[in-house]
Amino acid sequence: MAPRPPERDIAPTVQKLRFRYAKRGRLRFSSARDFQRALERALRRARIPMAYSAGFSPHPKVSYTNTAATGVASEAEYVELGVTRECDPVAVRDALDAVLPPGLDVLEVVVARTKDFAHRLEASVWRIELPEIALTDLESAVAALLAADEVMVERMTKNGPRTFDARAAVVSAECAAEEAVDPACAILTLVVRHGTPSVRPDDVLSALRGVADLVPPVPPRVTRLAQGPLHEAGTTVFDPLAPDRVDEAEAARTR
Amino acid sequence: MTSPGTSVFDRLERLLPFVTKPIQYVGGEVNAVTKPWDSVAVHWALMYPDAYEVGAPNQGVQILYEVLNERDDALAERTYAVWPDLEALMRESGVPQFTVDAHRPVGDFDVLGLSFSTELGYTNMLTALDLAGIPLSAAERDETHPLVVAGGHAAFNPEPIADFLDVAVLGDGEEAVLLITDIVREWKAAGRPGGRGGLLVELARTGSLYVPQFYDVDYLPDGRIQRVAPNRPEAPWRVSKHTLMDLDEWPYPRNPLVPLAETVHERMSVEIFRGCTRGCRFCQAGMITRPVRERSITGIADIVENGLEKTGYEEVGLLSLSSADHSEIADVAKNLADRYEESQVSLSLPSTRVDAFNVDLANELSRNGRRSGLTFAPEGGSERMRKVINKQVTEEDLIRTVTTAYAGGWRQVKLYFMCGLPTETDEDVLQIASLAREVIKAGREVSGRKDIRCTVSIGGFVPKPHTPFQWAAQLDHEATDARLRALKEAIRNDREFGRSIGMRYHDGRPGIVEGILSRGDRRVGGVILQAWRDGARFDGWSEHFSFDRWMAAADAVLADQPVDVDWYTTRERDRTEVLPWEHLDSGLDIEWLWDDWQDALAEIPVDDCRWSPCSDCGVCDQMGTEIQIGPTGVVTLPMPVLPPSPVLAGREG
Ligand code: SF4
Repeated sequence: MAPRPPERDIAPTVQKLRFRYAKRGRLRFSSARDFQRALERALRRARIPMAYSAGFSPHPKVSYTNTAATGVASEAEYVELGVTRECDPVAVRDALDAVLPPGLDVLEVVVARTKDFAHRLEASVWRIELPEIALTDLESAVAALLAADEVMVERMTKNGPRTFDARAAVVSAECAAEEAVDPACAILTLVVRHGTPSVRPDDVLSALRGVADLVPPVPPRVTRLAQGPLHEAGTTVFDPLAPDRVDEAEAARTR
Repeated sequence: MTSPGTSVFDRLERLLPFVTKPIQYVGGEVNAVTKPWDSVAVHWALMYPDAYEVGAPNQGVQILYEVLNERDDALAERTYAVWPDLEALMRESGVPQFTVDAHRPVGDFDVLGLSFSTELGYTNMLTALDLAGIPLSAAERDETHPLVVAGGHAAFNPEPIADFLDVAVLGDGEEAVLLITDIVREWKAAGRPGGRGGLLVELARTGSLYVPQFYDVDYLPDGRIQRVAPNRPEAPWRVSKHTLMDLDEWPYPRNPLVPLAETVHERMSVEIFRGCTRGCRFCQAGMITRPVRERSITGIADIVENGLEKTGYEEVGLLSLSSADHSEIADVAKNLADRYEESQVSLSLPSTRVDAFNVDLANELSRNGRRSGLTFAPEGGSERMRKVINKQVTEEDLIRTVTTAYAGGWRQVKLYFMCGLPTETDEDVLQIASLAREVIKAGREVSGRKDIRCTVSIGGFVPKPHTPFQWAAQLDHEATDARLRALKEAIRNDREFGRSIGMRYHDGRPGIVEGILSRGDRRVGGVILQAWRDGARFDGWSEHFSFDRWMAAADAVLADQPVDVDWYTTRERDRTEVLPWEHLDSGLDIEWLWDDWQDALAEIPVDDCRWSPCSDCGVCDQMGTEIQIGPTGVVTLPMPVLPPSPVLAGREG
């Protein structure tokens, strides 16, 4: 007789938790899959009662959205997790952060009380450090980019090279200089709207090369500072967890 | 000048955006240890000379890493072979070979310890030495360079890499690394008396650390070795292996590393015993790790429990050379399966024993999971062949075993064989096809299904030092390939069962290179160096391996020698020939090995000393060791009691 999937009780999901985490320092070189494995192991080490799917090879109910690319650091990655017992979100954050390697840091955990979280992740704020690039060169390149209606760039994808516009998604771009570091660095802060095809910081850098021949001599360091609903001014985004947190405060008051 | 032990990460970081899988170079594993450089006297860099994905899960290195880091006077960090893309960038920008823990230059360490489970890592060692700025030739190193130490199974014949090594360690590494640490520490504390040579003398004096440069090798005009003799009074005539007794006293790993990068084994491993005395004549691992030393059932359970808690792994591997042979394996399997019944933890146990008990075990361990494939290793295709290699399995045993497996719901059976064994004929190999046929026939009958499968996996046999086959001729690669082709034909032409039989094999050429490296002497060192200069890297990876490059290097280097590739590989040796590794003592009595070789030719079996009387292989006497096996009488383990999870809402306090 062939074995069937175990008739184990699959404990139902009683609560959903939303996390914001950071990917920092040398661990920015971890891929989305690397983080996924690390998180699932950390959840087990921290004995968080995660919910599993049914079937032969049950897997934890964790969903990942918009993960930053390998090599890109981030202060604002989001994950949603189903648990089988009600948990205290602050205790979850502490327990999880204690067992994750430094560089993968859980910043905040809230109970998910709202829907449409993925829709709230409308845009990202990126900080791009460009060592050995003069501020004036960056400024004129950015001006040229913003002046254009469309800047076509090419990117290698799984299905071969793909050409698309990198200009329209750029909501704002600000330049600054950082003198305190050696070598001196130009800093580009971008707000980029999410969409399809998704425009990434390296696409914007390709666009700068296209419009102004700006070629960084040293690989730039890219950090996602935030993602969330786009602010009307276009220069920043709102906290996407705010709606959950508002309810949290209310829940605490009415308890 | 930067002070020793300064991180090179800043410089490395600039290269990482341009290489594949940069995560493998950044470290940051859970349970990794980084100590301040100046806090200890002795600094070890440990290298598994293959890519991170293969090297990081290696148990041997992980254990030594822990054993060393537990000491207050030592630190250990790990380094792996870098892929050619990063190697090129490192050369361009002058970034040295680095450790993944604190990204310290390997050249700054006191000792570079390499673990060779296969000879195919030799060229990667040369890359690492070169990138580290360590002279390739041991003779050219001075006090500022790390001591280069090799261990692992391949170190039982380190002669081909003798010129590149300062020290080779035979056998278990745990006590050996501690011994080396003591000697290095004292030598440094005393103001490095005698310089590098003084340190080597102290190491050689122990009798268990082989210093190749203290031995001279003389050759006969026909190319054979005349003698190997020490050239210093402190160096013993024979160097003996290390044997760790009482595994329960060494409960490692205590803090298993959990890599971020994907690796070949994503699991928590525990070694349930060391050694194997089944006496398979082709098996170097079995011969050089005698006698059998078991870990107790409670020792195993404790390591598993602690390891799962500290790693978050979902799979546990119960490792050894033949895990079903543990005297209490049934209780171990049942107890662990019971303990982790409610969790997602799965247990695996590498065992290829051809018997029904092995199937029962697999059933127990797969209680909760899918029954996909089971593996058995008859190794020899014909009954006669199996007698030659001392694999005491009959065709009847095999059919009975696979019948039990297919009846238990397993759909796929994998069978391991070797090709090119001593005395083998075409017919012996063709028998693999008929065996597979019988397997499918029996399987279809008992399961009533047509979709069951059998895959035969065939490896080329390479004669290894310290085995009864060390004198045997290796089959040339053309003959190996011809036999495999004939077998493939036979399977394909089988209309009734051929479609249910898969065949996996490699061509015979890599085996010839492995052959020179395994049974070579010091003259092979030049060949390795030349092949490496010509670009040989990652020789265990088919996409990087080039047979022609190796042959060209051998032709060039051995041109004015009376020996060549065939001389090292396809030539049978006689009893009087001095073998390159004879001064390295694995404990096996050479007369016993020779008699066993003669018994092989006469198809006479030898029994396992765990269940039959001692067969006088010489090991226990020579090494002062004994068999350590159960049963211990402990049959059930208490369930682990976990404190409640601290993250639950509404808890008091
Ligand atoms: S000496 Fe005897 S007991 Fe010891 S390993 Fe050899 S055969 Fe076994």
